[in-house]
Amino acid sequence: MRTLIYLLIGILFGITLIKSEAASWFRVYEMLRFESFHMFGIIGSTVVLGIFIVQSIKRFNITSFYGSPIVFAPKAKSVSRYLFGGFIFGLGWALAGACPGPMFALLGAGFTPILVVLISAVFGTFLYGIIKDKLPH
Amino acid sequence: MTLIFDPWPWYISGPLIALVLFLLLMVGKNFGMSSNLRTLCTICGAGNSSDFFKFDWKSQRWNLVVVLGAIIGGFIGSQFLSNDLTVAIHPETIENLNTLGFKSAGDSYLPTELFDSSVFTDIKGLLILAIGGLFIGFGARYAGGCTSGHAISGLSNLQWPSLIAVIGFFAGGLTMVHFIFPLIF
Repeated sequence: MRTLIYLLIGILFGITLIKSEAASWFRVYEMLRFESFHMFGIIGSTVVLGIFIVQSIKRFNITSFYGSPIVFAPKAKSVSRYLFGGFIFGLGWALAGACPGPMFALLGAGFTPILVVLISAVFGTFLYGIIKDKLPH
Repeated sequence: MTLIFDPWPWYISGPLIALVLFLLLMVGKNFGMSSNLRTLCTICGAGNSSDFFKFDWKSQRWNLVVVLGAIIGGFIGSQFLSNDLTVAIHPETIENLNTLGFKSAGDSYLPTELFDSSVFTDIKGLLILAIGGLFIGFGARYAGGCTSGHAISGLSNLQWPSLIAVIGFFAGGLTMVHFIFPLIF
């Protein structure tokens, strides 16, 4: 039952990524040239509603559908790892025109070359795991 | 019905992604896609090479199910909920892309120059996709999250580290598009 719920949430996410065009390489490029409000509108409205959702959950001690408390793990303090890691991620995001969520939605939409991006991203993650102790965090 | 089959505007799409965040929180999980890449490494046996991949990947099975759903959702969205997948980007963006050699701008969902199956015999196109993917995977794990984990989950929880990461995402993206694209296209 829970597995089915995760699957349905994922389906909603995948449909939205395709239909919103957030999974389009062209939209990412257009966003980075500031020639459309579309992507900023998507991210911005998600974050504004997200802040409202998270703060409401905290303030009113809302529990999960199963009655357990909802836990938010704070991110570890650092500047370098977020700035350097984020910068490298941004280079790839603009080049391949997709972030990890849209990659999977595009695969389902039948764009098989996205497999090259996906497999390389898994390899990039592996590379990070190998050399992480040598990087500033 | 045309409202469903047309591209969805930002004020529908953004709230739907917020709904995804809400539903995941309400089933006791956190929204973050790039951690699945680490899980895939572990499943492939990367634990033999680095302790970073030594964890019980079965605890992340729920997230792989979300990924499977996203793949199915991508199929449904493109095959059953769209008449035409052409992305109507701004005319100036189209003009700019034409000068860079992207003739498919304004006529397709993704540039055919990179995402048509003919790319499999095009060394330059393959390299672009592979290097892009490599940076995405490496950078997301280095930063501890991607667009979903930082820009959405983290900012929603008012986390400073996520704001720094998002500034990094855009700094990297702007550098690629404005300084590196003119050199490679």
